[in-house]
Amino acid sequence: MRDKQRQPLNLDEIRKRLEQAKGQHYWRGLEELADSEEFQQILEKEFPRQSSPLGAFLHRRQFLKLMGASLALAGLTSCRPLSMRKVVPQVQQPEEMIPGRPLYFASAFPIGGFARGILVESHEGRPTKIEGNARHPASPGAMGVISAQIPAPLNPDGTPKHLGATDAFTQASILTLYDPDRSQSPMYQGQLSAWTDFTTALAAEMGKQAAVRGAGLRILTENITSPTLAGLIQELLKKFPQAKWHQYEPVHADNALEGAKIAFGEPVNTIYRFDRADVILSLDADFLYSGPASVRYAHDYATRRRVRAGAADMNRLYVVESTPSVTGSVADHRLPLRPSQIQAFALALARALGVPVSAPQLPAEQHKWVNAIARDLQAHRARSVVVTGESLPPAIHALVHAINHALGNTGQTVVYTAPVEAQPVNHTESLRELVRDMAAGKVETLIILGGNPAYNAPADLAFASLLKDLTQRNGFTVHLSLYEDETSALCLWHIPESHYLEAWGDVRAFDGTVSIIQPLIEPLYPSRSAGEMIDTMLGRQRTSYDLVQAYWSKRLGTAGFQKAWRKMLHDGVVPNTALPPRSVTLRTEAVVSAAQKLKPTAQGMEVVFIPDPNVWDGRFANNGWLQELPKPLTHLTWDNAILVSPSTAQKMGLQMDTGGLANMVDVVELRYRGEKLQAPIWIMPGQPDDCLTLVLGYGRTRAGKVGTGIGYNAYKVRFSDALWTASGATLAKTGERYPLASTQQHHSMEGRELIHVGTLEEFRKDPAHLVRKPSPEEEHLSLYPEYRWEGSAWAMVIDTSLCIGCNACVTACQAENNIPIVGKEQVARGREMHWIRIDRYYEGRLDNPSTHLMPVPCMQCENAPCEPVCPVGATNHSEEGLNQMAYNRCVGTRYCSNNCPYKVRRFNFLKYNDPKEPVLQLLNNPDVTVRGRGVMEKCTYCVQRINAARIEAKKLGREVQDGEVVTACQAACPTHAIVFGNMNDKESVVSQWKRQPHHYGLLEELNTRPRTTYLAKVRNPNPDLEGA
Amino acid sequence: MPQVFHRSSNTLARLSIVTGAALLVSSVLIGSNLSRSPYATQVGVPVDQPVPFSHKHHVKELGIDCRYCHSTVEKSAVASVPPTHTCMSCHSQVWTNSPLLEPIRQSYLNGTPVQWNKVYDLPDFVYFNHSIHVQKGIGCTTCHGPIHEMNITYKAQPLSMSWCLDCHRQPEKYIRPREEVFNYNYQPPANQMELGKKLVQEYHIQKGQLTNCSICHR
Amino acid sequence: MQGEIVRTEPAVELIEGRHSYESITHKISSVVLSYRHPKAWYVVTAIAAFFVFVLITSVTWLLLRGVGIWGINQPVGWGFDIINFVWWIGIGHAGTLISAILLLLRQQWRTSINRFAEAMTIFAVMCAGMFPLLHVGRPWVVYWLLPIPNWTGAWPQFRSPLIWDVFAVTTYLTVSLLFWFTGLIPDLATLRDRAKNRLAQVIFGVLAMGWRNSAKHWHRFDSAYLLLAGLSTPLVVSVHSIVSLDFAVSLIPGWHTTIFPPYFVAGAIYSGFAMVLTLVIPIRALYKMQDFLTMKHLDWMAKIMLATGLIVFYGYIMEIFTALYSANQYEQYLITNRFFGPYAPFFWALLVCNGLIPQVLWSPKVRQNVLLLFLISLIVNVGMWLERFVIVVTSLHRDFLPSSWGMYVPTVWDWGVYLGTIGFFTFMMFLFVRFVPMISIFEMRDLLHQTDRHHPAPATGTAVTSAVSTEVTP
Repeated sequence: MRDKQRQPLNLDEIRKRLEQAKGQHYWRGLEELADSEEFQQILEKEFPRQSSPLGAFLHRRQFLKLMGASLALAGLTSCRPLSMRKVVPQVQQPEEMIPGRPLYFASAFPIGGFARGILVESHEGRPTKIEGNARHPASPGAMGVISAQIPAPLNPDGTPKHLGATDAFTQASILTLYDPDRSQSPMYQGQLSAWTDFTTALAAEMGKQAAVRGAGLRILTENITSPTLAGLIQELLKKFPQAKWHQYEPVHADNALEGAKIAFGEPVNTIYRFDRADVILSLDADFLYSGPASVRYAHDYATRRRVRAGAADMNRLYVVESTPSVTGSVADHRLPLRPSQIQAFALALARALGVPVSAPQLPAEQHKWVNAIARDLQAHRARSVVVTGESLPPAIHALVHAINHALGNTGQTVVYTAPVEAQPVNHTESLRELVRDMAAGKVETLIILGGNPAYNAPADLAFASLLKDLTQRNGFTVHLSLYEDETSALCLWHIPESHYLEAWGDVRAFDGTVSIIQPLIEPLYPSRSAGEMIDTMLGRQRTSYDLVQAYWSKRLGTAGFQKAWRKMLHDGVVPNTALPPRSVTLRTEAVVSAAQKLKPTAQGMEVVFIPDPNVWDGRFANNGWLQELPKPLTHLTWDNAILVSPSTAQKMGLQMDTGGLANMVDVVELRYRGEKLQAPIWIMPGQPDDCLTLVLGYGRTRAGKVGTGIGYNAYKVRFSDALWTASGATLAKTGERYPLASTQQHHSMEGRELIHVGTLEEFRKDPAHLVRKPSPEEEHLSLYPEYRWEGSAWAMVIDTSLCIGCNACVTACQAENNIPIVGKEQVARGREMHWIRIDRYYEGRLDNPSTHLMPVPCMQCENAPCEPVCPVGATNHSEEGLNQMAYNRCVGTRYCSNNCPYKVRRFNFLKYNDPKEPVLQLLNNPDVTVRGRGVMEKCTYCVQRINAARIEAKKLGREVQDGEVVTACQAACPTHAIVFGNMNDKESVVSQWKRQPHHYGLLEELNTRPRTTYLAKVRNPNPDLEGA
Repeated sequence: MPQVFHRSSNTLARLSIVTGAALLVSSVLIGSNLSRSPYATQVGVPVDQPVPFSHKHHVKELGIDCRYCHSTVEKSAVASVPPTHTCMSCHSQVWTNSPLLEPIRQSYLNGTPVQWNKVYDLPDFVYFNHSIHVQKGIGCTTCHGPIHEMNITYKAQPLSMSWCLDCHRQPEKYIRPREEVFNYNYQPPANQMELGKKLVQEYHIQKGQLTNCSICHR
Repeated sequence: MQGEIVRTEPAVELIEGRHSYESITHKISSVVLSYRHPKAWYVVTAIAAFFVFVLITSVTWLLLRGVGIWGINQPVGWGFDIINFVWWIGIGHAGTLISAILLLLRQQWRTSINRFAEAMTIFAVMCAGMFPLLHVGRPWVVYWLLPIPNWTGAWPQFRSPLIWDVFAVTTYLTVSLLFWFTGLIPDLATLRDRAKNRLAQVIFGVLAMGWRNSAKHWHRFDSAYLLLAGLSTPLVVSVHSIVSLDFAVSLIPGWHTTIFPPYFVAGAIYSGFAMVLTLVIPIRALYKMQDFLTMKHLDWMAKIMLATGLIVFYGYIMEIFTALYSANQYEQYLITNRFFGPYAPFFWALLVCNGLIPQVLWSPKVRQNVLLLFLISLIVNVGMWLERFVIVVTSLHRDFLPSSWGMYVPTVWDWGVYLGTIGFFTFMMFLFVRFVPMISIFEMRDLLHQTDRHHPAPATGTAVTSAVSTEVTP
């Protein structure tokens, strides 16, 4: 034993072996290694269970760089009770590190080029959880506008924690960091290659281009807002004046850009102030869920919808849309229309609001809507918002600018700033130009930084084949990306990109605010950031850290820079970088003439393209959390489908059989402009008739083990002149059937009082009337005397008026509590593991039902039915009223789950937490037990957070204060629909909410005494449209 | 018709009953005792270490405070084994060329941590927090035994759940005044129980809560 | 006229044909002692053995992969495992009822079927016992359900019906075994004495535990047997009542009802007698035991089936009534769901099998028709299985929140384990008839004696007859 420890450990040798191996072999390689005594030594040495091996802040990552590979095996060492385990203290203790306590670092998550502000929790150098950064405009926290309603989360010392809201993407992005399918080495023509080879080749190529002043050099990036990166690109373009920079994002606001040009003659960035709006009209805009500001918008919108006794006032939301969306599902009035009809509708509305356009004659029903909405908007001049979706043509965007102008909203609820993008371009046109040059053979060197154009470029641009040709005509094509994907496969070189948690960078938010992207871990595999690539092209070798610092020291001036820099890193935002509002002048005649050119008619089936709510444009296809996350409204997992309306389905004899385990649905063939597409259908209540919705982001061929080969690829029928809507598609039934796994099979409340719904009027009259209170004899049905809850009594209230069903809570819970994913087949069997789910019920007409949402975590019943039936007492009650679950005591009879009326318990039917992918073990939250096979699990109100807070409070000799414990779901919720706290503290927010007249408990009549309770859903319908 | 069995088989039969019963009882006794023996629990078995570190020497003879090395015991869940740097803060002056300390010097020179063998090893589903115990008047020696008498450190307690519960059910049996927590010479007074009750009051220890599953298991 | 019997009470025709003590002893023991067996025996045993193999395979796979290989899910946490558990336990009941209660009630007709029924009980309980052990997620810690003083300081949770199950079932198995074996001893002695080959003599000898037919032995035996009978009588009621509490204690619609204990016990006896018939009828034919297992026996068993069947049917009606009367929307939905929901076919089939078809037993003609009886007994077995399926699955798959409603579809492994246990059961039963006297010899002789108390025993008395004579000679 002893001499073994003494023997020198050759880390470099191991690291080399790992770097050279790849793919499946890579892992086999690791497991072989794992068995070797020597490697176990390294592991325990480098990944101790107790002390942290970390050096000071930079040391930490230096160290982890060495350990990138061995880290990957950390999981294998855990769970060996009574065997001889090691304690490995570090050599130098960094001052800010206290072993056993997490550190939080501010950073930013870039998506589509825009920032979400985040705080990343790091355990001994492993980032494990992402929270929102309340200081950041795009991730507003409890600190925000409504501090009266929600207390700021507190640190033990009583200082606010600045936890902010997030969305599902942000929460899940950390899984991508540890994704074992990420590319781990440069590839040359599909063969493993060495970094040096690439750098020399690149240098040579750059030399060649320098000779021709970059005439053959093209750079294709995603949407860029990063000042540093933009600066570098500009520098590159200066050095190669003939070179061109193209940007392409498959989901980007091109129409908005063009619309702004029409309306104002210049590109502007539009920011909506929903917190100031009394009336909101959305024309096919899913502003609560998608877009760079969605989290902020959801938050602002919600500040005007929390109805309370005495303060019963709320905004009104109209949604006219072509696909049922998150925003539509919470609208007070929702009108499903085909895209062409929406254009007509917009014209009519514009006319009704005094914009001098001629509008087509609308059907009576729609006409009624136009009038009602117009009246309502007029009544709230300067306090209303009309917002357009990307799916509508530029002319409509311009028209809506005019409408907002006519309503005097400009400068009030609609604010214009300079564009956030470093170089605002029409991405489709930018790509078209590149393709033209490629076809003309003008391109010799093509550097693609991120993105996956070979997969998601419009079909008619034929980017993939041109790229293939270019590579074959030995053009120098390079693709920098996280995965070796469809585009990489067609390039000469594939270069692994650093994950945003691995490299330095900066990025702007929807309002221009800049955040420094601060890495939390040294790249797990040798990789480059986009900035580093450009820098290499410029013949330098600076690290991402140097690049960002260089830019900002230049911009802020070296004087006192270090102090400013530290503050930027600490706060997660660069002060005064938000873009100032600017005045714009509306060019009415231009708008009108553009609007008049519209022909709001369509023949045959209309087609709408939407990005998938979970895998977005396809970039998250290999993210298991997002794949298994039940999509809003459909609750579909692991697939995409073509959405059709019930009556259209009936007309075409399309079936969706929800009887069995999975939903067996008909497969159809869609033909459009000679392209064919086979896909399963999904019958979508509230979908407009004769309107098909195609979902982007699936049908990946090289996504990775998780995302490859599932769903259909809608990009195959997406054309550059019909990016979002198309008409004239034909649909044919193939006769095949296909199973789709949905987590909710039954959509009606069966007349049960589960979600209580009422209107604002009713609430004003008699708030208590909204809910059915249990009758006195139901009140206390027990032979035993009342139990008195001393000390803290944890409880949660969820406001169903505020839930928008965005799934942020579900993903946050999954990340916080080490919840495994189980795969499509298991989901179909009904074995998904999410501890909190969002129940969705439809009510009313099938063609346009009203949707009711209800997040359901464990109710933590005071009379918990699950407890008395457990034969080993694995689940029982804590003094503080938690229905606690001792995993290691559970024998797995499943009796508790059977007896749970809310069915919130989850069972490990198989070994779901499989350490086959050791690197994923790094993601686990060390404060939460990883459950094994045959064990029941459930929501614990994040007891690990409660315990941490309690211990700190006790050490300070005080009670836990309100706001000190924030559950993962609560922290993530953009609308703050969830509050958690001590209901014995009468001042706590949770108590205040529980005192509300429209407060009720789910299935109260069973006398389960739930601690998790709800506020009834209050709608604010327009009397003129009620019943419409 | 011949006899199938010899007469003695009667005795055999009776005997078998007795021995059967005896076997049953003894196996239970042996099993239960074996599971509690140091052989199973490793209590009192010194654990071999890369460097033969003597708590006796450092604590008793030199009088170094526990917290000098186990610096996070009051702040964090883990007391933390000291970094090499801490060792070297003295051993760069004293015993500078003792062969026993070679591993320490090596570690300090080439920055590779020393691998100590765990003496107190809890299963991964148990969450123990040093700081709160120290705060609430549970002395080091209560769990770690006569650490100041140990040349090579060994486990002083079985760390079984019932052992934990023994204190979590009746903290007054073991609790001591805060200021005595780090005093390894502390002897519980004759009136421990009443003192204990007093301290439990004083330190706001909610006894009921201590036996909640979620206090240690999450 | 030696060894011939002139019956004085022709009313009691529990033994047909002309039989002497000797002939009874010979007829029954020869089955065990002879080496020649009907082909059917070999065929059936072979098939059964195959299914035992299926059982072993399925269980091995289950232990390797986990209960996820079954069809259970959220919300249906229990499937075939618990259905079969309840089913088998139920089947067990007839044995205890026949051997214990009918003994105490001095029902002489039990004599020729009790041995058989008891054996059935034991094997059925064995099958039943497998399921609770296998259905847990972590079988390797299932011993935590036993109150063993241990090192965690944690005990089982005695409020849970599953713990009551543990006690109920284990007690039941122990007592049944004891009862069965005690009853065997005199016959084992008989076999020992009649066995020709040495090995058989030794084996039966050891098992007979030195039984010598002395008056003392008989005296002790009688009291012991009676005591055990008294002991096991309450079990007939207790076991299935407790099993029923697994459901009744919960608050799931369709489970949360007070009628369950009596309703389950009746159902148990119902299925138990059905199973006895299913087994007796073929074997009776196979080994030409019509003399001892007379039509009267079958007739009476059929009558009991009819009676218990009606009780069960009453139970169904009460369930519906309470649901409607309770005005509880969840209960009411459950009933509608049973009638018209996705599992409605099972429910209707259940009504036909358990309610409708057995009504033909009112007619004596049917009760005299062996083939029909056999068929009906089979149908009732199926019906009782369906009943458990309906109770377990339809209640769970749609309970309170429509959002969590689901379906349950068994997998091949569910079937594997189920058919496996049936195979195991049959296998054991056939070994039993092969190696143990399937009818209690001494009790039959006793019965014969009681039907004719004035006739002296044949002079050619074996040890056995002398034993009888010790009782009769004044």
